[in-house]
Amino acid sequence: MAFLGTYGLMLGLVLSVGGAVTAAVGARTDRPALVQTARRIAFAVLATMVVVDGAMLAALLSNDFTLRYVADNSSRETPVFFKVLSLWAADDGSLLFWNLILAGYVAAVAIRFRRYRPPTFPYALSVLFGVQAFYLLLVNGPARPFGTLAQAAADGRGPAPLLQNHPLMAVHPPFLYLGFIGFTVPFAFGVAALLAGTGSDAWVSIIRRWTLLVWCFLTVGLVLGALWSYSVLGWGGYWAWDPVENVALLPWLVATAFLHSIMLQERRGMARLWNIALVIGAFALTTFGTFLTRGSVLSSVHAFAQSAVGPAYLTFLGLVLLGGFGLVAWRLPMLRTPARLESTVSREAAIVGNNMLLLAATAIILLGTVLPLVVEALTGDQITVGGPYFQSALAPVFLLVLVLAGTAPLLPWRAVNRERAVRRLRLPVLAAALVIVGTSLAGLRDLYAVAGFGAATLVLVGNGQEIASGLAVGRRHSGVLRTLARGRRRYAGLTVHIGLALLAIGITASSNLAEQTQVTLRTGESTVFADHTLRYAGLETDQQAQRVVLTARVDVSGSGPLTPRMNLYPAASEPIGSPSIHRGVLRDLYASVISLQDDGNSATFRFYRNPGITWLWIGGVVMALGGAAAAWPARRRRAEEATVAAERRRQFSGAGVV
Amino acid sequence: MRRRLLLLGTVVVAVLAVVAVLATGLGRDPAATASPLVGRAAPDFTLGGINGPAVTLSKLRGQVVVMNFWASWCTECHEEQDALDQTWQRYRDSGLVLLGVDFEDTSDGAKDYMHQSGLTYPVVEDKDSKTALAYGIRGIPETFLIDRSGRIVDRIIGRVDADRLAGAVEPLLKGGTE
Repeated sequence: MAFLGTYGLMLGLVLSVGGAVTAAVGARTDRPALVQTARRIAFAVLATMVVVDGAMLAALLSNDFTLRYVADNSSRETPVFFKVLSLWAADDGSLLFWNLILAGYVAAVAIRFRRYRPPTFPYALSVLFGVQAFYLLLVNGPARPFGTLAQAAADGRGPAPLLQNHPLMAVHPPFLYLGFIGFTVPFAFGVAALLAGTGSDAWVSIIRRWTLLVWCFLTVGLVLGALWSYSVLGWGGYWAWDPVENVALLPWLVATAFLHSIMLQERRGMARLWNIALVIGAFALTTFGTFLTRGSVLSSVHAFAQSAVGPAYLTFLGLVLLGGFGLVAWRLPMLRTPARLESTVSREAAIVGNNMLLLAATAIILLGTVLPLVVEALTGDQITVGGPYFQSALAPVFLLVLVLAGTAPLLPWRAVNRERAVRRLRLPVLAAALVIVGTSLAGLRDLYAVAGFGAATLVLVGNGQEIASGLAVGRRHSGVLRTLARGRRRYAGLTVHIGLALLAIGITASSNLAEQTQVTLRTGESTVFADHTLRYAGLETDQQAQRVVLTARVDVSGSGPLTPRMNLYPAASEPIGSPSIHRGVLRDLYASVISLQDDGNSATFRFYRNPGITWLWIGGVVMALGGAAAAWPARRRRAEEATVAAERRRQFSGAGVV
Repeated sequence: MRRRLLLLGTVVVAVLAVVAVLATGLGRDPAATASPLVGRAAPDFTLGGINGPAVTLSKLRGQVVVMNFWASWCTECHEEQDALDQTWQRYRDSGLVLLGVDFEDTSDGAKDYMHQSGLTYPVVEDKDSKTALAYGIRGIPETFLIDRSGRIVDRIIGRVDADRLAGAVEPLLKGGTE
């Protein structure tokens, strides 16, 4: 397996470099045959990556402990399901997986543009191969996923206990990777537009659709990450402003800004420079995030194992920034746009505002994430930036984002007709005001909580009203389905906003109205919390192959029992807790075991009452679905492609006659 | 054209500045982290032995102790095994004690590994990781050098090297009893 993997990675690297050169030469010399060859190389790289990842998977499943990676991340007792997940559970393996997904994206681009080939395509292909070559270089030198041990280990360590504690590990990382790595495609087309130097805006719709797709993956990845944190870690929360979480949010914010500002370019020919800068920025942020989390910059237990990876990432980040923004500077005359804002109360102005706010949020998070690094570089002091900084700095920004999301879709383009605007805004503003007054009267005193519920209502009602009135008009004329299909982009966008409002309600409710308590109960004792009587019924022990599971049963009045667990793994000094959650529409009841005493006759629990959490997950799903609907290929494009194909056929048949 | 070059220059300078700041983060070698424990008395412990009797650190006063945190699952530890064996064979008669501390491991796993690899120096079991916590272990392998008076004189994070270890141990052995 080591042989297959090692040589597969070398082959992949050679193919990627070859693909990059072939596509670039094909683009410069305008030779379609070369571009066609480069397309085929994309499939060859993908096939190679499938074999390489397959080799690692086979090694994991067959307990091949001659491989260091297998010995470090799997063991004989590890269940098959988690052996498969070990493929991406640690650094070296996840780089293999990374290369597989990237090769998948390159092949997807090659398939997507099999007939219709915009002038940017060969350049973009070349950039994609270039990025793939970097990641393959990484696994051919600095990181060695197929490194072997001089003496095979008798058994492996097994995956980190936290990572083998919940099946969400099966879906969260792949979605996050799909999102992260996917930003390579919009970046490649952005750079390609600059390289090709075509003045046309044809690249805009290509980049928009790929960015939407990637944005959906990243949205799902982030929400699943929060869900994992909530369902596994047992601290009752879902987001800790950890650097690893932050760097995943940064490109998401920039991509969200881009998906709004792209409308300025499509509709009004504005913001070309801005948009291309956002696309390059989003990719640069993913590279930066990879550098920060994998480049051994952050303190890590095994930081000494891979000192060569960090400089490689940093060099790549430097190249991306220099190449990307250098090209922008070079092509500046091409990117200038004449159009200016006509009114400060218009859709355009709102989009500009949205971009400012989202970039402000990006800057706040970026600052909090890198500040410890910068301070240490300058003064040598070690500092940490915690949740309170992020919460207090971001709350007003996100509130304003909500206000815009609730009002901007109701504003017309160009300049506003005051009377019409007031009429459309009346209902949402009234509803928001009612909620603000209602929650205040109900005793809610926190300003941000009240404002958060109000703003979320504004978004819900404003966007809901737009969908409803559009459909009502449509039903009279052409039918609901046809109206939906015709205004798909608009309705998809409004749906994303509704998802955002649900998410905001979940976040506001859970971060302001949650309650928690910590109690120690002897067997048979009970406590009252959140309108329930909670009684500790006793401890059950289950000896499993790879761990011992201690389940503390808590009987809950008026519903089924809660069963928080402690899992004892041989390779962990402390037990790994698993919370137990009764999920509900209005509130979750959440229990963790903190410690066990007296052979389990006494247990210390932490109970949480978390309102609104379910809406956070629902909101995330609605946002991703809305995004997917917006990204779905339009009928018009299919028609365009059919025309291109028909044109080709005509040419070829004509040639046959001659 | 001139404006474009100026802009390009600005981009280059800005990017280089960002990269330079980030590069300082790479300059840190975690293995070189100064440990506040160096120069202080080694935290005492009594741990049960895997291949022999229980060991109390304070009872080894007067001898030089090389204390190595390891586990059977740790591949990096396997790779330093030869260096540790050599050191033990070479200096065991000159007043050196090499003590393996098994960390986050199962007794069976440790015994299997010791049997296979022919490890002969005493190994104790840090069952609740209290000793590892007391010594501020970041990851294994980690090795502490303790002089005859029971003071920590060096901490090696990561794999040890037989020559480096010999270079550090010999002056301590020559130092006699303080």
